[in-house]
Amino acid sequence: MEKAITFLKSVPALLTRGYAPYFVILAHILVGSNWVYASPRSTIAFIFLLTALVGIYYFRVNPLFKALAISILLLGVMPILGLRNIFYLEVIFQISVFAALALGLNIVVGFAGLLNLGYAAFYAVGAYLWGFFGSQQIYLLNETPGTAPVGTPFFLPQDYFYLFLILGAIVAAVVGLLLGLPVLRVRGDYLAIVTLGFGEVIRVLANNLDKPLNFTNGPQGITPIQRPTLAPEFVDGFNNLFSGIIGSPVSSGQLYNVLFYMLSLVIVGIIIVVARNLEDSKMGRAWTAIREDETAAIAMGIPLVKMKLAAFAVGASFAGTMGVLVAASRTFVSPESFSFMQSIGVLVMVILGGIGSIPGVIVGAAVVTILNLQVLQGLSLYLSQLRQSDAVIPLIDFAWRDLSTQLDPAKYQRLLFGMILVIMMIFRPAGLIPAERRRRDDADQEEAKTE
Amino acid sequence: MNRFAGTVNLRELLRPVGQMLVFSLASSVVLSLIVIVLALIMDQTVVGETLLARSKVSLLTYTLVNLPQVILDGLTIGFVYAAIALGYTMVYGVLEFINFAHSEIFAVGAFVGVELLIVLQIYGMLEGGSLIGAYTWLIIAILAGMIGAGLLAISVERVAYRPLRGAPRLVPLISAIGVSFFLQDAIRLIESLTTGQFHRIIPTFGNFDERLTFGQIPIGDSVIALGIQVKSIIVIIAAVLMLVGLNYLVNATKVGRAIRAVAQDRATASLMGIDVNRIISLTFLVGGALGGAAGVLYALKFTRIDPFVGFFPGLKAFTAAVLGGIGNLTGALLGGIILGMLETFSGTYMSAFTMGAAGAEYKDIFAFAILILVLIFRPHGLMGENVAQKA
Repeated sequence: MEKAITFLKSVPALLTRGYAPYFVILAHILVGSNWVYASPRSTIAFIFLLTALVGIYYFRVNPLFKALAISILLLGVMPILGLRNIFYLEVIFQISVFAALALGLNIVVGFAGLLNLGYAAFYAVGAYLWGFFGSQQIYLLNETPGTAPVGTPFFLPQDYFYLFLILGAIVAAVVGLLLGLPVLRVRGDYLAIVTLGFGEVIRVLANNLDKPLNFTNGPQGITPIQRPTLAPEFVDGFNNLFSGIIGSPVSSGQLYNVLFYMLSLVIVGIIIVVARNLEDSKMGRAWTAIREDETAAIAMGIPLVKMKLAAFAVGASFAGTMGVLVAASRTFVSPESFSFMQSIGVLVMVILGGIGSIPGVIVGAAVVTILNLQVLQGLSLYLSQLRQSDAVIPLIDFAWRDLSTQLDPAKYQRLLFGMILVIMMIFRPAGLIPAERRRRDDADQEEAKTE
Repeated sequence: MNRFAGTVNLRELLRPVGQMLVFSLASSVVLSLIVIVLALIMDQTVVGETLLARSKVSLLTYTLVNLPQVILDGLTIGFVYAAIALGYTMVYGVLEFINFAHSEIFAVGAFVGVELLIVLQIYGMLEGGSLIGAYTWLIIAILAGMIGAGLLAISVERVAYRPLRGAPRLVPLISAIGVSFFLQDAIRLIESLTTGQFHRIIPTFGNFDERLTFGQIPIGDSVIALGIQVKSIIVIIAAVLMLVGLNYLVNATKVGRAIRAVAQDRATASLMGIDVNRIISLTFLVGGALGGAAGVLYALKFTRIDPFVGFFPGLKAFTAAVLGGIGNLTGALLGGIILGMLETFSGTYMSAFTMGAAGAEYKDIFAFAILILVLIFRPHGLMGENVAQKA
């Protein structure tokens, strides 16, 4: 018995030694992908597969192997499994979209310490930019919303989408600068409220700019918005290669989902590289200084407003790009997608994962998205099944049937988000995966205490 | 510092009343003049002609006809904002922290009061017709809202803010945002589970919906009706009473002196034998109670409430607090009145002055435009101290 316990205790150590991590990672991916392949509806299997990424991050292995394993998992395994169950493709697409948004917000909140509560506004700027130029809207300026004449042409060819990915970043950054210029002089908590107000302003504008000239189509939103071209030959080629594994031929619509997923991954990759380099650059150090002590930072000669503006603009630009991407992938934008709730959702991801920590923020985005799309929905489904059954809670003798239909976990995201924010702030303000610098600081403090 | 400045004597009872009169009169006169001048200028231009063609009324007449009603509505909503803004400003004065959850405490107050009235209506207590009875029940509902909201504010402080005292500035703010979101859905959950719906309508009783008319002034073809709803009068009177009471509490009692001491210097105050934690709890109680009362008054004025009802009034009240100079009680009063007035004026006249291009739908974001302007040109507000760079 004791032998068994000592053996079990030594397992974690064994797993991190020599070549063991490589096998663990490969086995994890293999078991996970087979499990999801065998049971495409199981949430647990899907989450198990996703945790492989955490394993890759934590084990100490060759960086080349790390990159290889991540790209196999994200670029190979995930899309194929996602095409078997299109819902997973949606989940991983949303995870990567939110990871990009959270990484952008992380630059503002985590690096520079500026609380931005209107982040969805910049996302909206990007989405409406492509929504306006990538649809027929420009010819409908004088029409009442919802009355597009048949045969109105599109303003731009659809492949301008790629140009707008960059334009979206630039325009959002300019909007960020324009907003930041007046308000960045004030202290942090004022900034939070001003950005919140700005987020509402953008939403109200999107809602009401259908008159005097119809720019946004009002609450109905703009649709259809063009997607980039996808050659039919490519669809056929893809089907020849992969329809065997997937089990059924893939339509071009499904392949679009894969395309947008890949594009969002590319953008996430770019953001990670940019954020990493920024973090250790001169600017990043200036941001840290501003975050920790503004007065001291000024005394050291750091140009306060300039640095804050830079953080604001960089963060905004990522959201702008993602907005363009999402507008194209949904072929639809409406004001409702850019509410205060969205901004808070992204903030929750940053806080939960770890302020200022790049891997943490990605984990935060994944956890919150899965909670939203899978766990809460799953719970709702489970409860509604219980309601239809004859089951009774023992002891208190309560029939599930009598449970109010209002108790629908999927509708109570705010409750969950609020709880996460408060609990994280009280018990673990540094997040699930604390940022390197903070970890160093904490270690220093511990040492100082013991001395 | 002098955050809650003032001399301690019975003048404290009269001073805020005088201030309110001055602020209300001044802001209504100034805004009316601006609108009338604008109307005179634009009457002969295309703007006036458009209105004449559409509604058969000249811009000047339109402006004058609406003016008395706009001023009264502006004052009513302004006093509600002022009452909420006091909650923000008191907490800010003592803790230097924006209590983001104050808007939900306002909403909880509204729900407690309205639910009580609905229960009373179910038991048939509200009928009977005697006015004294109706007013008694209304006062009881307002008190219930105050107690509910005040107790909630204390518990929120105890659970979500106190453990974070001394943490970096953003930490308690984020916690407050979390509390705000949590409370919104908690109200919704409780209301949905108990009543099956989450928006409630205040019962009609008493003579609150009646309209008192004082007289009519004919201008050309149209007639200016001077009148005010009874409930608007109640809102204004209740708000004035609360503001006077709060002013007296802070400036003329021993507890108030303790509050001012804690606001000035927490450490020294505790050395002087003041129980700082108790005073902070008390501040939240008073601020929350004011917010709760404002919630019931808001429900009385606008009749329909839902769990998200606090969001916009809360933000506007915060804007009002900043406009007046956050941490300053008189400033909150001034800011509330100005903001309420500006909002009602813009909501009424913007459509006519811009030929229908921008109308009342923009009135909710009008407050933010003001907030941004204030922060650019006078970050410490109209009556506040400098907060721009005080970390």
